[in-house]
Amino acid sequence: MKNRYSIFSLIKNAFSYHENWEKAWKDPTPKKEYDAVIVGGGGHGLATAYYLAKKHNMKNIAVVEKGWIGGGNTGRNTTIIRSNYLWDASAGLYNHALKIWEGLSQELNYNVMFSQRGVMNLAHNLQDVRDLKRRTHANRLNGIDAEYLNTEEVKKFCPIINTSPDIRYPVLGGTLQRRAGTARHDAVAWGYARGADEMGVDIIQNCEVKAIKRNGDSVEGLETTKGFIKTNKIGVVAAGHSSVIANMAGLKLPLESKPLQALVSEPVKPIIDTVVMSNAVHAYVSQSDKGELVIGAGTDDYISYSQKGSHDIVEGTLNAILELYPIFSRMRMLRQWGGIVDICPDASPIISKTSIKGLYFNCGWGTGGFKATPGSGDLFAHTIANDEPHELNAAFNINRFVSGDLVDEHGAAAVAH
Amino acid sequence: MFIINCPFCGEREQSEFKAGGEAHIERPKQPTELSDDEWAEYLFMRKNIKGIQFERWNHIHGCRKWFNMVRDTSNDEIKAIYKMGEKPPVK
Repeated sequence: MKNRYSIFSLIKNAFSYHENWEKAWKDPTPKKEYDAVIVGGGGHGLATAYYLAKKHNMKNIAVVEKGWIGGGNTGRNTTIIRSNYLWDASAGLYNHALKIWEGLSQELNYNVMFSQRGVMNLAHNLQDVRDLKRRTHANRLNGIDAEYLNTEEVKKFCPIINTSPDIRYPVLGGTLQRRAGTARHDAVAWGYARGADEMGVDIIQNCEVKAIKRNGDSVEGLETTKGFIKTNKIGVVAAGHSSVIANMAGLKLPLESKPLQALVSEPVKPIIDTVVMSNAVHAYVSQSDKGELVIGAGTDDYISYSQKGSHDIVEGTLNAILELYPIFSRMRMLRQWGGIVDICPDASPIISKTSIKGLYFNCGWGTGGFKATPGSGDLFAHTIANDEPHELNAAFNINRFVSGDLVDEHGAAAVAH
Repeated sequence: MFIINCPFCGEREQSEFKAGGEAHIERPKQPTELSDDEWAEYLFMRKNIKGIQFERWNHIHGCRKWFNMVRDTSNDEIKAIYKMGEKPPVK
């Protein structure tokens, strides 16, 4: 049993100069065999392991990660959480996650700094207005809080936005989800890792999967850089590298991996206390607790695993940011980076069994996976443990690309994917 | 960001081009006889290779012509460029 984090443990450890904190997770060497192995130690993978142990009593499991936990897209996203998706299937999936977010810090005894500061989506043309109004109604029918704001209300909610009718893409209105917001991305990975470790899950870092061993139509184990690991159940949560892992098992996925860029500015005093996203001009911005503006850009259109991306994407995003927020014109940007996102043709994820017995994939989250982390882990754990999907992820099976029953959120969600 | 040597216009910035995805996916010759699985394979399933990939590009802000490229997707290094209809270079 781990010591609980509290104000008292903080004071106690202050007396020893914070040098004696208990390790949040062990650094085990892999066992010869596990009941299940999760490939990928990001938020989704660690959450999957956590719920497998907690809700399905599978304690003899491992998470293998080729780098360090939370070092991939978990540490590269812009931390936005919302659930205002148009279609019923997506609304169910993302709202399930949002409900878990609301109690996550308490459940994990780890402050994930979930901040329900609201997410506003702007409309810049008549079609945007119609689409956003339609989505507001659809959200309400699905029990998701959503409001439509006119231009004055947008200005009132976020006064620094330029709502002049003279700008190239004037603000005609917007939607607001007040329960939406942000969370600290690293803390999510660390909190789930600590929780999973406490229940006996082995978190094995610097362990890259090299091959998947198959026996006919079922899996037998994994060849890794730390040796062979025998297991009958493999859950792959490898984000941008999902196709690479699928290839090892002789599977092809409907994915394309592309760089998605983000950047942060120098830290400044509090200036924007919400998250503002803009579909048409593709720019979104929020402010971190350190004071940096966190800015999300778009994806490059070419397949790449280079975690870089092209400069013109950043330039386009900053153009839009400056037009909407003239106050930021003299801000300097500190860092820029890219994460490799795996995008499905319908821009919805895959949480599914495959044609190979014991091989499960949780992928295709594209540009918006962070918000779903707890729900994704919960539903993927259910799918692995029962060899059947939960009703909330049944629509996100891999066979939808054969049946044609797609969950087409492309452009229908709050931001163009 | 990288420079692409368009076979028709010469060297230009990558931002002038549009990536067209995996190359050499052949349109089914008998579409009416395809099963759902074969349609899914043709429409959606992609190799999405980390490493040497054959792909299509369009010089959309230039000559607007399509051509093929061999590129290492792990570091964006261009290995070869060849016109549509030409045989892909052997690795």
